[in-house]
Amino acid sequence: MTRFFDGLLHFRRGAWEMLASVLIAAGVFMLMQPFALVLYSWSFLVTLLGTVTFIIVSHFPE
Amino acid sequence: MLHSPVDRVAEATPHAMAKRFRGLSDRSLAWLFVTPSIVLLLAVNIFPLIWTIRLSFTNFRVNRPNAEVAFVGLKNYVSILSDKDIWLTMQATAHFLIWTLVLQVLIGFSLAYLINKKFRGNDLWTTIIVLPMMLSPAVVGNFWTFLYQPQIGLFNYAVGFLTGADPSSFSMIGDVSLAPWAIVIVDTWMWTPFVMLICLAGLRSIPDSIYEAAECDRASKWRQFWTITIPLVLPFLMLAVLFRGIENFKMFDLVVQLTGGGPGSITELTSINLKREAFEKWRTGYASAYAVILFVTVFGLASIYVKALNKVKQR
Repeated sequence: MTRFFDGLLHFRRGAWEMLASVLIAAGVFMLMQPFALVLYSWSFLVTLLGTVTFIIVSHFPE
Repeated sequence: MLHSPVDRVAEATPHAMAKRFRGLSDRSLAWLFVTPSIVLLLAVNIFPLIWTIRLSFTNFRVNRPNAEVAFVGLKNYVSILSDKDIWLTMQATAHFLIWTLVLQVLIGFSLAYLINKKFRGNDLWTTIIVLPMMLSPAVVGNFWTFLYQPQIGLFNYAVGFLTGADPSSFSMIGDVSLAPWAIVIVDTWMWTPFVMLICLAGLRSIPDSIYEAAECDRASKWRQFWTITIPLVLPFLMLAVLFRGIENFKMFDLVVQLTGGGPGSITELTSINLKREAFEKWRTGYASAYAVILFVTVFGLASIYVKALNKVKQR
């Protein structure tokens, strides 16, 4: 866990890609879940944020 | 005397053309060859994408080309993301996507594992299993509507024969609770062979020497399966899931032919709903925003999936 936060602080690719992946997965889950409309409403923003983050951080050093 | 193919090509090039290209550097020549592809890519992929994003912020209707187009900001996005009907459509797509992937992976891998065993008639069985994949989705959708007929359908008859139920007592495509499963069954029937073929390629790429070494170490068949077969086939399996996942996310033809999105809108997947918004209600701006939402979702999913795939390959 410490390594993950260390990676985030030092702009390392692995940690940031992990964060972006979690955002995308959460966004897609929110889009298709049958439980709460409010989650559905925010899903696109979360997915977009994750996808844009993923594109940017894939250029970070390992 | 001409020795290499390069010499022969140089000799065959007309003198006028050779003279024209002689002064160009390697870099210029490379650009010259790549430019047509780049122009085509920009014209066919990138430009429509940018245009769709632009339209998604407007109230443009393609059936009213002379009407004034107004910039509506995020209104289209807000109305899509607060529409309960579209939310239900997303849930129908999720049901279809998850179950088709689970069934196709399980059945596809099992079939590949069986076909990989050397037995008599192996090639014949492979051909028979692969047949559904070669048919047109429109044809498959059409003949499965006959198979699902309550009175004369073979599917209903088979279910009745196996369970003792009256074949005409249920309608696979007319019943709200059965219709989502009807489309899952047909897609699984049609596309499991594709997953099977990819898994078969993975299984055949595993060298026999690894299994022989495992035999020497007295590893059980069960252990060989979990520590050799599964890890080495996993990249292939993930690739199959990626292809099928993206394809099923935008599934249209098969479902339209089979249920038309019904009964009600229980099997109306996102692509069917999107087509209705764009080409039946003619809300082009709204449909563009819808398409952008779906694009970002698929793009995001594919990004993390490709990353996971690369990790598995490196292992």
